[in-house]
Amino acid sequence: MLDLKGYGPALMEGAVVTIELAFLSLAVAIALGLIGASAKLSDNRFAKGAATAYTTLIRGVPDLVMMLLFYYGGQVAVNMLSDYIWETYEIDFFFQFDPFISGVVTIGLIFGAYMTETFRGAFLAVESGQIEAARAYGFTRWHTFRRIMFPQMLRHALPGIGNNWQVLLKTTALVSIIGLTDMVRVAEEAAKAERMPFHFFIPVAFVYLALTAGSELFIKWLDKRANVGVVQGG
Amino acid sequence: MPDFIAQWLNQNEIFTTMTLMEYWGGMVTTVQLVFLSLVIGLLVAVPLAILRTVRNPFVSGPVWFYTYIFRGTPLLIQLYIIYYGLAQIEGIQETFWWEIFREPFYPALLAFTLNTAAYTTEIIRGAIVSTPNGEIEAAKAYGMNWFMRMRRIVLPSAARRAVQAYSNEVIFMLHASAIASVVTIVDLTGAARNIYSRFYAPFDAFIFVALLYMLLTFALVFAFRKLENHLLKHQRPLNS
Repeated sequence: MLDLKGYGPALMEGAVVTIELAFLSLAVAIALGLIGASAKLSDNRFAKGAATAYTTLIRGVPDLVMMLLFYYGGQVAVNMLSDYIWETYEIDFFFQFDPFISGVVTIGLIFGAYMTETFRGAFLAVESGQIEAARAYGFTRWHTFRRIMFPQMLRHALPGIGNNWQVLLKTTALVSIIGLTDMVRVAEEAAKAERMPFHFFIPVAFVYLALTAGSELFIKWLDKRANVGVVQGG
Repeated sequence: MPDFIAQWLNQNEIFTTMTLMEYWGGMVTTVQLVFLSLVIGLLVAVPLAILRTVRNPFVSGPVWFYTYIFRGTPLLIQLYIIYYGLAQIEGIQETFWWEIFREPFYPALLAFTLNTAAYTTEIIRGAIVSTPNGEIEAAKAYGMNWFMRMRRIVLPSAARRAVQAYSNEVIFMLHASAIASVVTIVDLTGAARNIYSRFYAPFDAFIFVALLYMLLTFALVFAFRKLENHLLKHQRPLNS
């Protein structure tokens, strides 16, 4: 049996941190993606420009650099803000910028950009006749979005969301670099202390493998369900 | 140097010639690391992709297993396993390999190469599998043997279909290479981290490096767009 030298519970806790981080960032990314896609498809030139700048910027910069910027820069910004609030209003306000929050914010922001592209494509894939029909029935814009666009868009967006999720899951490993005690961090400390790198990193690698393989199956199942009413050619 | 740049350089404490040289050194390391791993990775991936399409499961199975493992786990873990793991192999410290792998550059190069080769293998495999059957039949009808068919028909046609996905992989690799800084390599990100800790100026250090990465990314995007235009010339609409 695998002997984890007493690091077992810590590794378990680390795995929970990894999973929490992944799900929270996914939620942020989906929210940002929906907002971004709506902005890109809107007629408002300002919103369009802002969304395009956002996706271009994110795709040009490595995730790690972004994460370091938010983590180290975030603390400096918070310090400046609290100094300012203290000097002008004499309110003692302080807020520790911890690695978990910066991880969720960064990963959410990065994948929000990818989700924007996914959702944009999916919204465009919904037939315009559907929207016209909804308008003809007197649906409001919000109603059209919720009842017609969103459910039909989801089918087209699922494969893209699945791919993004797989990449996101692996990106969470980076938070160990900014000091969050996730699975990778625990394994790194254990490997250094015990001088047994294979012993600790390989099980962690298998946890990631299990997570990605499990999500692959789940996404396949979801995709099948979402496409149940579609007659496929070929 | 134009006057205003010289003036600006004189007025700030962070972007002195010394730190700019450090960024430049980091840029050279990043480009070397990414370029070498991509080239070696591509050279490894082409034969692997061909093996992956072979019907015999004893041939394609191991390749599938390799790509599955390397695509299913984070690159950071692969880097740690190779970087910390190589030193633990019994007796390696007495062989000449140790001279090579003692430097963090080579373990990182190995990890990046293996990772990109796995992704590239799958990209090329997808392109090979989707070769139109008619092209292969025509090649057979001309009496081409397997090797010539591969070289003249399947691979060039697959390259056209793979180039778009491959350009994404190249950019992904450039961005992923930032983690080389965690194993003490002074690449672009490593230089930025050094400069950050020297001046405690996160915005200056990291935003500058982000701009440099963006520059590299957009240069790559531009180069690949040119390449795509060149390779897919025959598919261009007539009046454009």
